[in-house]
Amino acid sequence: MTTAAVRASRVTNRPMSSRALKPWYRNATLIAGIVIVGFLALIAVLAPLLTPYAPIVQDLEHALESPNAQHWLGTDKYGRDVLTRLLYGARVDLRVGFLAVLIPFVVGSVLGALAGYFGGWFDAVVMRIVDIFFAFPFYVLVIVFVFLLGAGESSIYLAIAAVSWVSYAKIMRGELLVAKQQDYVAAARLGGLSHGRILIRHIGPNVLSQALIYATSDVVMDIMAIVTLGYLGLGIAPPTPEWGSMILDGQEFITTQWEQATIPGIAVVVTSLGLSLLGDGLADLLAPERRT
Amino acid sequence: MPDRFRFIPARLLQSIPVLFGVTVLVFFMVHLLPGDPAVAILGQTATPDRVAALSHQLGLDQALWRQYLLFLGHLCQGNLGQSITYQRPVSGLVLQAIPVTLSLLLFALVLSLLISVPLAGLAASAPGRARDLGVRFFTLLGQGMPQFWIGIMLILLLAVNLRAFPVGGYGKTWPQHWYYLFLPALTLAIAMCPTTIRSLRASTIDVLASDYVGTARSKGAAGISLFRLHVLRNAAIPTVSIIGVNLGYLVGGALVIEKVFAVPGLGSLMINAIFARDFPTIQAVSLFVAVFVIVVGILTDVVYTAVDPRVDISKERS
Repeated sequence: MTTAAVRASRVTNRPMSSRALKPWYRNATLIAGIVIVGFLALIAVLAPLLTPYAPIVQDLEHALESPNAQHWLGTDKYGRDVLTRLLYGARVDLRVGFLAVLIPFVVGSVLGALAGYFGGWFDAVVMRIVDIFFAFPFYVLVIVFVFLLGAGESSIYLAIAAVSWVSYAKIMRGELLVAKQQDYVAAARLGGLSHGRILIRHIGPNVLSQALIYATSDVVMDIMAIVTLGYLGLGIAPPTPEWGSMILDGQEFITTQWEQATIPGIAVVVTSLGLSLLGDGLADLLAPERRT
Repeated sequence: MPDRFRFIPARLLQSIPVLFGVTVLVFFMVHLLPGDPAVAILGQTATPDRVAALSHQLGLDQALWRQYLLFLGHLCQGNLGQSITYQRPVSGLVLQAIPVTLSLLLFALVLSLLISVPLAGLAASAPGRARDLGVRFFTLLGQGMPQFWIGIMLILLLAVNLRAFPVGGYGKTWPQHWYYLFLPALTLAIAMCPTTIRSLRASTIDVLASDYVGTARSKGAAGISLFRLHVLRNAAIPTVSIIGVNLGYLVGGALVIEKVFAVPGLGSLMINAIFARDFPTIQAVSLFVAVFVIVVGILTDVVYTAVDPRVDISKERS
């Protein structure tokens, strides 16, 4: 299908009633996603109640134990309970993953929307900047920015924000290019409404869903970035429990204690699976006409 | 030149400001360091003499615009500065590492096609049935695995338990290089597969529903030969552009995976440079990688247009 045809179908085949076809609680993908992500969030919040151990207290007498009755997943090289660190790690990785999305979501969406709506030189400048950032692999820029800004959680937020706003800008610009051609926008203009009011009150609610759907997959990207930074030794500093640095620590003992590097990775996979299902379900719910 | 190739000069022109922007960004990286960059690189304990010497070596004692022009001038001569760790020209270090990373990328690309073509064909042959759902679940899981962790799991399985492959390194001779690169390439291939399988599956379903496949079927084509002769080539076209779009992600993954397997490519060079605060090396690797992504992006568009006579990029982008 040509781009023009896609646009035409977007404009005409958008029956508002299709959203009512399937209520959200009948959407199996969405429910599975909510259950998994909710379960992980609960674990993160209740971590101190779920385990008798502290995540950073060392107990060298019991270092590198295999899974047993006291330590269900064994202990690491400092004698810390792996299960405890896994639960507390959910706190760090989920928090950073979700919070890291906020700045790029807002900045990228606003810049992209303005570029798409007004066009002209502003659009040209923003899109060239987007192209520049897109030329760098995600990890390369994130690693370099974290290095530049110094270790710590706040520089991880800034580094991810500096790199990932471009995707939101691209998505929102594309949405706006289509939306601004539609009749309701022309009607609002003819009615004498200001650009600001049209953007926020009329176009905004119609185009935000795509950015929102992207944001759920972006949380996955960000968690991957945090875990990767942790694995490279550039992320959240030890001894704070974090899944990526747990994998790094575990890799050292892969011949004897294989579960140490394996289990935190499974935690990441389950988290991303939950978020992906949530995103797919959300996409079904918010933009059913674009699903194939 | 056929009409549909007219986009090439425009595309090249468009990439010039982007290339300039890339050099500006890479240049200003050093100035994003908090405080005096020379102190930041050498550490707080450095003597004033050494700080002054490094400032001079990096050209930091001059006006900003002159620094940038000098940077560009040196760049045009292929001079990327002196590595602080090795006290050697960075360009030599980068040139040594490039073939390693490129081999890894190419090897991974081939392996990922070997994995994803059969799986996508299997899934598309019966949409909605058990094998399709199985493949889709695999892609969903694959998407959620951190790339470096895939590598560690392969090490655990194939290197530690089966002892079939080395845990890491690069070997000395050509056959050894490929043998050592197999696990890192397989890691990257598995990381790529979810994207390529999804794209191939969707386009294969489209192609299978097309009239010309119907015609081929009515003439008796079926099974593998139908897939190979009539379906695959047409279904592969959108995947070419998907791979092109995701190239940046792929290269980034390759750099991290190199670190897992201690492959002496650009990734190891850059990450070691980060820990050594070897700024010229960090700049050179980021610059090369960005230029590489831009160039391959253009090439992908050309290949995409060349393999499919229906594609007209100048119209699609309007």
